[in-house]
Amino acid sequence: MAVFTSVSGVAAPLPQANLDTDVIMPKQFLKGITRDDLARGVFFDLRFDAHGAERTEFVLNQPAYRQSRFLVVGPNFGCGSSREHAVWGLSQLGIRAIIGSSFGSIFQDNCYRNGLLPICLLPHEVQRLLVLCADADCAQLRVDLLEQMVELPDGSRIAFSIDALRREDLLNGRDAIASTLQFAAEIDAFEHSHWRQHPWLAPKLAGE
Amino acid sequence: MSAGAAALTLYDKIVAAHTVRRIDEAHVLLYIDRHILNEYTSPQAFSGLATAGRRVRRPAANFGVVDHVNPTLPARTAYIADSQAARQVEYFGENCRAEGIEMFGLLDARQGIEHVVVPEQGIALPGMVIACGDSHTTTYGALGALGFGIGTSDVEHVLATQCIVYRPLRNMRIRIDGELAPGVSAKDLIMAIIRRIGVAGATGYAVEFAGEAVQRLDVAGRMTLCNMIVEAGARGAVMAPDEAVAAFLQGRPHAPRGANWLAAQADWQGLRSDDDAWFEQDLQLDAADVAPLVTWGTSPDQSVPITAMAPDPREEPNPERRRAMEQALAYMGIAAGAPMQSLRIDRAFIGSCTNGRLEDLRAAAQVLAGRKVAPHVRAMIVPGSSQVRRDAEREGLHQIFTDAGFEWRQSGCSMCLAMNDDVLGPGERCASSTNRNFEGRQGRGGRTHLMSPAMVAAAAVAGYLADVRSVGGA
Repeated sequence: MAVFTSVSGVAAPLPQANLDTDVIMPKQFLKGITRDDLARGVFFDLRFDAHGAERTEFVLNQPAYRQSRFLVVGPNFGCGSSREHAVWGLSQLGIRAIIGSSFGSIFQDNCYRNGLLPICLLPHEVQRLLVLCADADCAQLRVDLLEQMVELPDGSRIAFSIDALRREDLLNGRDAIASTLQFAAEIDAFEHSHWRQHPWLAPKLAGE
Repeated sequence: MSAGAAALTLYDKIVAAHTVRRIDEAHVLLYIDRHILNEYTSPQAFSGLATAGRRVRRPAANFGVVDHVNPTLPARTAYIADSQAARQVEYFGENCRAEGIEMFGLLDARQGIEHVVVPEQGIALPGMVIACGDSHTTTYGALGALGFGIGTSDVEHVLATQCIVYRPLRNMRIRIDGELAPGVSAKDLIMAIIRRIGVAGATGYAVEFAGEAVQRLDVAGRMTLCNMIVEAGARGAVMAPDEAVAAFLQGRPHAPRGANWLAAQADWQGLRSDDDAWFEQDLQLDAADVAPLVTWGTSPDQSVPITAMAPDPREEPNPERRRAMEQALAYMGIAAGAPMQSLRIDRAFIGSCTNGRLEDLRAAAQVLAGRKVAPHVRAMIVPGSSQVRRDAEREGLHQIFTDAGFEWRQSGCSMCLAMNDDVLGPGERCASSTNRNFEGRQGRGGRTHLMSPAMVAAAAVAGYLADVRSVGGA
């Protein structure tokens, strides 16, 4: 998983509320068996018209925002479907952090799992960033996970809080499965007692 | 509060009973009793496992179901014209076979939408924790099981460890008392709840449904409630299991038998919130106040009673909400203030994990008996499972549907998310018994109106969005 410590770059404003994962990554991009080649699918119907041509009015198609590293988003971003393809695609497009007031909870988990930092700020702080980033000349931010703050072009900072465990995962690029497998013996012991207390919960293979 | 300090909610109890260890203040390592896999969110998880040289830890605790990409043509074959979808199904089969995971493939009599199949097979039981790479896993709350959706990285994590790193949720209770009026269903109840609390109203919460109106619902209706609460952001739903749940489960293929059945039933008595358990949010709803609802916008909370008009953004004082309304109405091709019943539909769709069960089909058949679909409407019924299809045929429902002019199709997720070839064309308006009316969800430019199966049937007959209470039969 990609390590996140400090990243600088352009932030694109996407103020619409409830941008769901169907909009972030439409169905036709979900049929692969790898995580690859998903950058084109991101916001597909918003970025491209019915003939596949870029919609010039969409923020990520504008020259100043093409290299965006951050999105500043409306409330409840990433609601809906569990499709992790949405996060894979955003990462492949170069997005490293998403700043909003709230996120769909499966989407938020998926972000953490892929080194993409979801930052929750207060609505008025997000509003301030949305206004700022609407001016391409002011849209340069620095996000620092060690210091847990977003730095604005004028040097002012907005602090954010983050789940301590997820922060460690992101800072270290930790393999979550390896972390859990340290407790393999405890999982065995748990299963043993769980199934002794609730024998009907013990799984059986077909025919057993 | 002090008296309630030791009192637990049903959700708290299930989480406590599955906690392998505490990881830190906020997280526990949570044991997953059953893990459900599908062909579209699992391939990268299996590949990741193989790349890391890991194996599936408890194959028998995992079940695979093909549902999202398969065609639903009336004659079922193993052939899938879409080569990418075909490869996904093939890869899924390879992975399940290699890891010894039981799979309900395309030609299996048990195939269907995962959240219909799992209860049907008796796989989901009260008190279980069930994870699946699909957001609608909350469905299993209807059986007293905690189900929740996860992404593909966590699918891989569960495959490898049978556990998940879990942050327990806050508790919300939604009590529904009173009696449902004729023509009003569980779908209208859940749409009313989402309309009231909004699409993020339950984010961060596990929701317990309670109250006499909930207890009076059949298990299928309870599944509709729990299934769609995810559209309010809830990452889990529960309901205290009762005799109706036991009756539903008894004799199903994976349900316990003999001494285990008796022991399980005794255990399930304890699966309820303590009387003085504390809920951070406690909402009340009177079922009698709920009318049949339809969505007018592109978010599941944008709904009105069928007898009402689409909203007029000019009456919305908040500029952001006004803009969102204008945008949704423009996408939907609806004039501000237009009566909902003036909207002419092109398509009608009955199916999905929300409303594709036998009870849903019966409700639609009651409306459709002796009637015809309006000539300009293409109408489809996609049963929630192959078992539902067979049961419906045994009752003769398929005859009613085909006589009315509905296509009677094979099972799958189908046009709920349109990953297969069941897709709306640009601008097509669809009355749909599904769960999401997002932009482009059922096809680019497609316009989805969410409603109950009986309301879809009424709309199909009228050719316009219609009130099932005046069409009759429901």
